[in-house]
Amino acid sequence: MKITRRHLLVLMPAAAVAWKFVLAGTPEASPNYQLTEHWWAMLMDLTKCIGCGSCVRACAQENDVPDGYYRTWVERYHVTDWKIERPQVESPDGAKQGFPANELSDGKNFFVPKLCNHCADSPCTQVCPVGATFISPDGVVLVDKNYCLGCRYCVQACPYGCRFINPKTMTAEKCTLCYHRITKGLTTACCEACPTGTRQLADLKNPKDPIHEFLKTHSVQILKPHMATGAKVFYNGMDGSVR
Amino acid sequence: MQIPVEGFMYPNEVELQWSILIVLYPFITGLVAGAFILASLERVFRVQAVKPTYRLALLTALAFLLVAPLPLQLHLGHPERSFEMYLTPHRSSAMAMFGFVYLWYLMAVLLLEIWLDYRRDIVLKSQTSTGFPRFIYRVLTLGSDNISERSLQIDERVGYFITLIGIPSAFLLHGYVGFIFGSVKANPWWSSPLMPIVFIFSAMVSGIAAVMLLYMLSTRLRGREIDMRCVDTIAQYLMYTFIIDFSLEMLDLLQRIYEADESFRSLDFMVHTRLWTSQVIVQILLGTVTPITLLALTQFLKFSATARKRIYAVAGVLTVIGIFAMRWNVVIGGQLFSKSFLGYTTYKMGFATREGLLPAIALMILPFIILWVLVKLLPPWPDAALSASGATAAHGTS
Repeated sequence: MKITRRHLLVLMPAAAVAWKFVLAGTPEASPNYQLTEHWWAMLMDLTKCIGCGSCVRACAQENDVPDGYYRTWVERYHVTDWKIERPQVESPDGAKQGFPANELSDGKNFFVPKLCNHCADSPCTQVCPVGATFISPDGVVLVDKNYCLGCRYCVQACPYGCRFINPKTMTAEKCTLCYHRITKGLTTACCEACPTGTRQLADLKNPKDPIHEFLKTHSVQILKPHMATGAKVFYNGMDGSVR
Repeated sequence: MQIPVEGFMYPNEVELQWSILIVLYPFITGLVAGAFILASLERVFRVQAVKPTYRLALLTALAFLLVAPLPLQLHLGHPERSFEMYLTPHRSSAMAMFGFVYLWYLMAVLLLEIWLDYRRDIVLKSQTSTGFPRFIYRVLTLGSDNISERSLQIDERVGYFITLIGIPSAFLLHGYVGFIFGSVKANPWWSSPLMPIVFIFSAMVSGIAAVMLLYMLSTRLRGREIDMRCVDTIAQYLMYTFIIDFSLEMLDLLQRIYEADESFRSLDFMVHTRLWTSQVIVQILLGTVTPITLLALTQFLKFSATARKRIYAVAGVLTVIGIFAMRWNVVIGGQLFSKSFLGYTTYKMGFATREGLLPAIALMILPFIILWVLVKLLPPWPDAALSASGATAAHGTS
């Protein structure tokens, strides 16, 4: 195709705008998204998880997560008889490639996907010396990588091991609940990739969200409730051995 | 680099976040706080026997305080952003206060106290020295060259007041470091209300021991006689403080063992394996029980001055090693176990890396170089003050 002067006049400003976003590293704006109308959470139905690791792969790809670090991962528990205080747990490479065949036949086996709990009273945001990590008005714990000092205090403060230091940016990193997607009406990459519907993004402020009916009719738990962090990832069918 | 893991760690936990540099930080600030408390013994509590160490203790505190932020800067992923802590501190963060506590302690307490205490000497030296040293001393006078009886009296009073503020400030400086660790509820090895107070007492122990050693070493190097009344008194204070420190640590341990909460089995296993050498052997047996026993012996038995000097030297060195081991066990030990309580990781210390052993050694040598410069500039020896007054007389008659 021959580029005429008219084409160029149209293309140049478009390219300039696109380049501006590339330079700024900012996602495109979501003009119709109202922060205060949402309160994001996630439902994890452990009775459905098959430990395939699709969520881990999808997350890594969507968010450019460096190898050896995990915004989400899956653990496989093996509990024998009454020994719920001594489970055997593994998560090879965060289950990015799923799990090898299980040779432990005694007792029970199950999978537990993990990610940031987007706590309402998060200890990680409490300790940040400059407020680089914060809870957004719609309930998502985020990190401003242009402001983070890389002191790692938040990594120490997270009771769930959800944070790490990105070796490229040398700043704290964690699950953003695919903020760039959910603010545009999409679901998270992990929820989208989950073949069994184990993971479901939930909006607690939306009265029509099916999570309300689910919470009413199921016994759900959060991880480490004694930490009183106001965790917002709700687990259905979670065994007492999970920590 | 594959890090050996035993049992299960959450995948992001395998790599340790806080390295040997973060071990140095509480160790160094502890020396600062402890040295200052020793100095205040003479100034506020009128313990005349320790007077020969007063100025040396202040200069030691300053030398270490100047180095204290360096391991933190070296550790930060973005040291160039560290100034943001002053500009936009996050009020709910224990760490955010570091900059302010540090500045307060450095500027309002230590520098001011040293300047007031040395002001007379500085003015005299600015008059008697020549060339570049004269310029340095003239700058250090900050334009105040009045050393009349009246103005020296004011110096004395203000200095006393600053020391008075300095004691709680020194407690704040190090108690706050303890709070940084003690307030992390996610980590049962750290989370304890006793942490700040244990840090304060261990700081006093390490600072007193370090100044005692520095005094003995410097006196020996200068070919002077060690003031036995002075070191006997310091050793006594060291022993009492150490007993309180050890009791607090044992109280913490006893509580953990008796309560045996969900973390206990995991932490107990860690102490019996990965921390056995650094905690049980080095910190408790060599670094605490041995020096306390040695110091107690000098209280109950009669030893010659030479024997006492040797005992104090050995006890002092073991004490400093023991407190360093304590910092190591807190910082590194707190990261070796999984927050799932199901596994353990390993600390792989680099050598010539940014957070390796080499920079750590360099950072530990640096305060001694600074102290050497400070001592040259502002001699802390009691006889040096005499010669200065001799110089005044000479100056006055010329």
